[in-house]
Amino acid sequence: MTALADYNFAYLDEQTKRMIRRAILKAIAIPGYQVPFASREMPMPYGWGTGGVQVTAAILGPHDVLKVIDQGADDTTNAVSIRAFFQKVADVAVTTKTSEATIIQTRHRIPEETLGENQVLVYQVPIPEPLRFLEPRETETRQMHALEEYGLMHVKLYEDIARHGRIATTYAYPVKVAGRYVMDPSPTPKFDNPKMNQSAALQLFGAGREKRIYAVPPYTDVVSLDFEDHPFEVQTFEKPCALCGARHVYLDEVVLDDKGGRMFVCSDTDYCETRREEGQRGEMLADMKEAAE
Amino acid sequence: MSDQPLLNVRGVSKFYGSRIGCTDVSFDLWPGEVLAIVGESGSGKTTLLNCLATRLMPTTGCVQYRMRDGNLRDLYQMSDAERRFLMRTDWGFVHQNPADGLRMTVSAGANVGERLMAVGNRHYGNIRNTASDWLERVEIAQDRIDDQPRAFSGGMRQRLQIARNLVTSPRLVFMDEPTGGLDVSVQARLLDLVRGLVSDLGLAVIVVTHDLAVARLLSHRMMVMKGGRVIEQGLTDRVLDDPREPYTQLLVSSILQV
Repeated sequence: MTALADYNFAYLDEQTKRMIRRAILKAIAIPGYQVPFASREMPMPYGWGTGGVQVTAAILGPHDVLKVIDQGADDTTNAVSIRAFFQKVADVAVTTKTSEATIIQTRHRIPEETLGENQVLVYQVPIPEPLRFLEPRETETRQMHALEEYGLMHVKLYEDIARHGRIATTYAYPVKVAGRYVMDPSPTPKFDNPKMNQSAALQLFGAGREKRIYAVPPYTDVVSLDFEDHPFEVQTFEKPCALCGARHVYLDEVVLDDKGGRMFVCSDTDYCETRREEGQRGEMLADMKEAAE
Repeated sequence: MSDQPLLNVRGVSKFYGSRIGCTDVSFDLWPGEVLAIVGESGSGKTTLLNCLATRLMPTTGCVQYRMRDGNLRDLYQMSDAERRFLMRTDWGFVHQNPADGLRMTVSAGANVGERLMAVGNRHYGNIRNTASDWLERVEIAQDRIDDQPRAFSGGMRQRLQIARNLVTSPRLVFMDEPTGGLDVSVQARLLDLVRGLVSDLGLAVIVVTHDLAVARLLSHRMMVMKGGRVIEQGLTDRVLDDPREPYTQLLVSSILQV
């Protein structure tokens, strides 16, 4: 073990981890309910995942395998530094393979690969309150949650349709959990919302600055809000991934030059790499092969 | 009009510390009746209105409301959930300043539709049609349905606020100086509109005003308040044409004649 991991496992002191675990247990018991917790200062700025890191630190054991995703990628600054942080303070095994991980901390994406019962997905949440920009008073939103007054959420969707002709909210799309609480799924694209429904994996949400933890237990109904005549639908992409040829996955647009050249690639880098290892080729790789020949 | 009162008010008092807000107010309100509460600034009109609408808890007293099923319920004994449900379905509250009663950052259509969505309406087309009907009824052009209320004039905002309150066909509407801050010609149109809606829909209204002309035009009955007490009440025409209390006489004789 590294000296730091030996001194105190996973950065937080044991009392703090206990406090966070209690909040997590309560959150699991009341799916979608925002449980307040005494968020600690973490050695990173707010907005970088202080909530997610605290949840991960509280549930992490020495035998866990950790994967960290930022916008679907394993190799961006945020993902690399959080992974390095836990290697240093907990000396746990880390991976970029979704299937090998037992704990996956994520920002903005849910992996394309279906998660299993032995996995926990930890989300980093900037603003846990779905009603925040509709009703600024926190006392009022809490009462609205308590009394299940969610008409206002539909006012937002109504505004979308009135302005854009369709529901234009594409991320942080509000969901109703287990038929009771309306929840902000963190800024994941609405493309990922259906993956939350009846997921085998436990989903935990940590908001460090706002000091809230909430959860979706395994096999729980998660329904995206919509209108009868404007049902919920996800984005579709015209082309498959340019590197691995995957369809029905979430793609990132990459600008290639200043002449309008662009490509669409999987935002989930591990998924894309695995497919390429299996010999799948998108049009971009096929082109390069031809050019090489 | 039904023979049973909609609202029974008994001994309502509100003290702010040792100061009197309003004290010992009792009256009955029947369905379809318009009651005006008049008095000078600081006489306790708005405090009384807020107590009746359960926006304030009175120090003592009791207010009973006849629910749609015909049972009388004590408003201050109800749970929060029931009271809030009542406030957004069976009641309306028209604020003096429309910005207090409207959501200024969402469109007119959504403002009117909010109550419908709050009671579980989930069909966009139906909500929009109802909103558009109501805008027409309060004389707002239908092509303004997607504009935000901050693009509206004061009179239009006030009419929008009224539409927003009436969309769930409430039985009782509270109005706090609905024509305050509007110029006289706009006031006249608004009063005309409210009078029409009240008689069409059979609304019971409690309207607070310091403008005796508003009371004369809208109300069947009126109460005059001074220093937190009701000093005179009766039919509007009787009170205005034959005031008994010296203060009411003063109030009536203070109206400017053009």
